[in-house]
Amino acid sequence: MSDGFPLADGYRDPTLVATLLAQLHVSVTHPWVIMEICGGQTHAIMQSGLDQLLPPQIELVHGPGCPVCVTPLELIDKALDIASRPEVIFCSFGDMLRVPGSSRDLFSVRASGGQVRVVYSPLDAVRLAQQNPDKQIVFFAIGFETTAPANAASVLQAEALGLTNYSILVSHVRVPPAMHAILGSPQSRVQGFLAAGHVCAVMGYWEYPPIAEKYHVPIVVTGFEPVDLLRGILMTVKQLEAGTSEVENAYPRLVTREGNPAAQALIQRVFEPCDRSWRGIGNIPGSGWKLNHAYAQYDAENKFDVASIQTRESEICIAGDILQGLKKPLDCQAFGRQCTPQNPLGAPMVSSEGACSAYFRFHNPMEISQ
Amino acid sequence: MCLGIPGKIIELYDQSGFLMGKVDFGGVLRECCFVGLPNAQVGQYAVIHAGFALNILSEEEARITIDALQEISDLASDSDAGNE
Repeated sequence: MSDGFPLADGYRDPTLVATLLAQLHVSVTHPWVIMEICGGQTHAIMQSGLDQLLPPQIELVHGPGCPVCVTPLELIDKALDIASRPEVIFCSFGDMLRVPGSSRDLFSVRASGGQVRVVYSPLDAVRLAQQNPDKQIVFFAIGFETTAPANAASVLQAEALGLTNYSILVSHVRVPPAMHAILGSPQSRVQGFLAAGHVCAVMGYWEYPPIAEKYHVPIVVTGFEPVDLLRGILMTVKQLEAGTSEVENAYPRLVTREGNPAAQALIQRVFEPCDRSWRGIGNIPGSGWKLNHAYAQYDAENKFDVASIQTRESEICIAGDILQGLKKPLDCQAFGRQCTPQNPLGAPMVSSEGACSAYFRFHNPMEISQ
Repeated sequence: MCLGIPGKIIELYDQSGFLMGKVDFGGVLRECCFVGLPNAQVGQYAVIHAGFALNILSEEEARITIDALQEISDLASDSDAGNE
């Protein structure tokens, strides 16, 4: 389906895809491991079959850029607790509803009578707060830098409307600290990065040169269409072959070095940096945002007294290793057997950005059965 | 989650002090928040995520990229034809 942008078809043009693939085959002489940070890119690569067309020397590993996947179990259990309360209408993006908590998920809360609603935007949740003054509306504010401005805007809108029945359960995470954590690990195999295009649409890429310099990795801001993805991979490979580690932009129709300063200002007005635990990975210092003191009244964790929670993870799920690019979904003994999108053991099998979900939907069934 | 959908800005207006707009996604209209793009103009294309406009899509930059790739593609075709 056309999205209306006049040049959209050019970025899906088979002739240009073939041209880029030919360049890639000519350019690569060594084996290289490249991580695409963003789970949306993982899905786009597999959906278009690009992973099957790349030269065999190029290995793509899948990064932690799936907010549903990295939202910590403790926060999901808190969400389940809050959503179960009769005075609450709990709002969330649809992906979160099937993510397993320690003992259940938001779907089962809804089946038990909890008011759990799927919204497209946090601003829809603010509208619900206006329409339901006798209810507490809680929005599950997960996401990376891409989603933070929308969530910040919802808090500012609630403030402007004088709403006291709106709050957000915050699990915001940031890309640069995760890149430091991945590259700083002695187990890391990552030699180059495709940076997430829509994160950079907001944040720009001014934060990345120190990372490229410190770890000697090329970082290329990359979009989501087949031509975008191949350009990003080609630019990364050319740098790896040349031994350079620069930050480049393969998505200039949307991304500038500075990003969107007005959106960044919204984030800074409402949030402040914090340490954040990533599901399957652990605590990454300075990797999150939480509501700052001025907006603490909109923090659902302050508003609802949630008793201390004992979390329990699946013993066989290897989501943490997959999210760090250490293993692939097909390395998991539960993949496609005990763990399916209908009955997930880990969040990467649920989310539309999860690597396990991408493999389950798009990978060669023969390879999966082996 | 970080899915961004390009759409054409049809209308921009103030709503309780917030810059909002109507965006056309290939025939489907939806209200979106433009607080992050105070200089947006009707007729431009923006990428929308969770009802929030992330940034403007530059038609000029999009054309530069496609034209450059098209040129390489044409050169490769000419070269192939010359080798036949």
